[in-house]
Amino acid sequence: MVSKHTASSGLFEFLLQMGDNCLVLAHRNSQWCGHGPALEEDIAISNISLDLIGQTQLWLELAGEVEGAGRSADDLAYLRDAFDFRNLLLLERPNEDFGLTLMRQFLFDAWHLPMLKGLTQSSNKRIAEIAEKSVKEVTYHLERSTDLIIRLGDGSAESHRRMQSSLDELWSYTGEMLESDDLDPALISECVVPAGDKVAEAWRQHVTAALKLATLIKPESDFVRRGGKNGIHSEHLGFVLAEMQFLQRAYPGAVW
Amino acid sequence: MYAQIVKTDGTGVKSREDMTPEESAFQQRIDADQKIEPKEWMPEGYRKNLIRQISQHAHSELVGQLPESNWITRAPTLERKAILLAKVQDEAGHGLYLYCAAETLGISRDEMFEQLHSGKAKYSSIFNYPTLTWADIGAVGWLVDGAAIMNQVPLQRTSYGPYARAMVRICKEESFHQRQGFDIMMKMASGSDAQKRMAQDAFDRFWYPSLMMFGPSDKDSVHSAQSMAWRIKINTNDELRQKFVDQTVPQAKYLGLTVPDENLIWNEEKGGHDFTEPDWDEFYAVLGGNGPCNKERLQARVTAWNEGEWFRDGLLANAAKKCTAGEVAA
Repeated sequence: MVSKHTASSGLFEFLLQMGDNCLVLAHRNSQWCGHGPALEEDIAISNISLDLIGQTQLWLELAGEVEGAGRSADDLAYLRDAFDFRNLLLLERPNEDFGLTLMRQFLFDAWHLPMLKGLTQSSNKRIAEIAEKSVKEVTYHLERSTDLIIRLGDGSAESHRRMQSSLDELWSYTGEMLESDDLDPALISECVVPAGDKVAEAWRQHVTAALKLATLIKPESDFVRRGGKNGIHSEHLGFVLAEMQFLQRAYPGAVW
Repeated sequence: MYAQIVKTDGTGVKSREDMTPEESAFQQRIDADQKIEPKEWMPEGYRKNLIRQISQHAHSELVGQLPESNWITRAPTLERKAILLAKVQDEAGHGLYLYCAAETLGISRDEMFEQLHSGKAKYSSIFNYPTLTWADIGAVGWLVDGAAIMNQVPLQRTSYGPYARAMVRICKEESFHQRQGFDIMMKMASGSDAQKRMAQDAFDRFWYPSLMMFGPSDKDSVHSAQSMAWRIKINTNDELRQKFVDQTVPQAKYLGLTVPDENLIWNEEKGGHDFTEPDWDEFYAVLGGNGPCNKERLQARVTAWNEGEWFRDGLLANAAKKCTAGEVAA
């Protein structure tokens, strides 16, 4: 396939994917702050949200530099419309209950960690540094989400039911994460980003093993919902951005 | 102050002659500034009073998350968002330390939650006011956390060991919170006309509710004497309120904001400001459930608890399975 992007725009797109994933998931998780099912969970999910905002700042700052148009991380977060966002559809799903929130986190963490581990070996030093820092945080994220989906899957009848239905609901959104992009073949051949199939394989192994321990059944459907990475989002993202960007949009140019 | 009206049992402070030998020895330790630890003997009234005060304080931390978390998703920059999240997360952590401190007195966290959810236990009236603009997040940090610190710094010397130690950690974090609030206000007060307007509006709305945080005037504060004798309250409500006004007025001036009190004036003789007392009818109305957000705040806590039940039960069920599996294996 012929790449539709130049080398630097491919890298820019990739960095937006990384940053937007973190930003949108951080937003969703932060909606639990003060409303968690237990005080310890409230603290944990806020903490994860905080890690993800920190990672957002790093990825989007680098994206702005690569783009070379003088946009800061805040400009990219607050002044783009939905069709310029590159996050996965999975991450903009509404929270619904804490079970769906945890399942979404688990399915993403299981991809996020191997992706970041691959990126620690990136030939781009800046990317490797950001990945290095993020790996420490995301290792904990995956440990926590795996532990919780196992305990809740193999918990009470009700917790099992909720976790299974969350898995069923989110399954079709995982394919997008595992598909290779045609951003720029040079990104992989020059070892800037890891090969997608290796990350996908690590995801499959981790998810299969954890679901088994959780006594949850992997859905059989292989239907894939896609669009986020190309800027074609669900209706939900517009509302996320309307809320997130309100002050920057209502008071253009103000310093906060 | 996060524990505004802590009711004491009994009829007032006992004189030394009326005390039992145990009570007298206990009071002597308090007067000698010794810390009381969980397993040591203490008068039942001291225990009950402390449970009320610490749990009221813990509930305030928990409910206090809500007006601020209201703006996390709308914070204007990534940095502000991160700072606010970290701050609200700290408040949850404070709640955790305080519930643990109260548990050492023989009450469970679930029992305390039950008291909060049923409306039996109180939390600070300030959290029943809404946060309407981003400047409110600045005002809450600057004024509300500022008032809280005013009360909590002396509580580091309170007579009950676990409470005093929790306060040491909490105070360190609260002073960071107050600085972040003041920093937001500085940006707003030196920003565009719209931002200045937001800053003054937030100040206007939060000034009197902040003064109420110290509780009723000393002449109407019927429960203070015993608490002070037991050193679970160190200063009177009016002392702390005066201190807060004297500290805040110059800060407001520095920000270029106007204190919403026409009668505010420096009194050379007393070395402090004269100021208008807050509307105590409003205070009692808010405390009694008729503040602007009482229903929403309590409902949010009850909903979080009820909707989290399956989650907590699921984890317990899993733990029970592991226990059984462990017994079978053994």
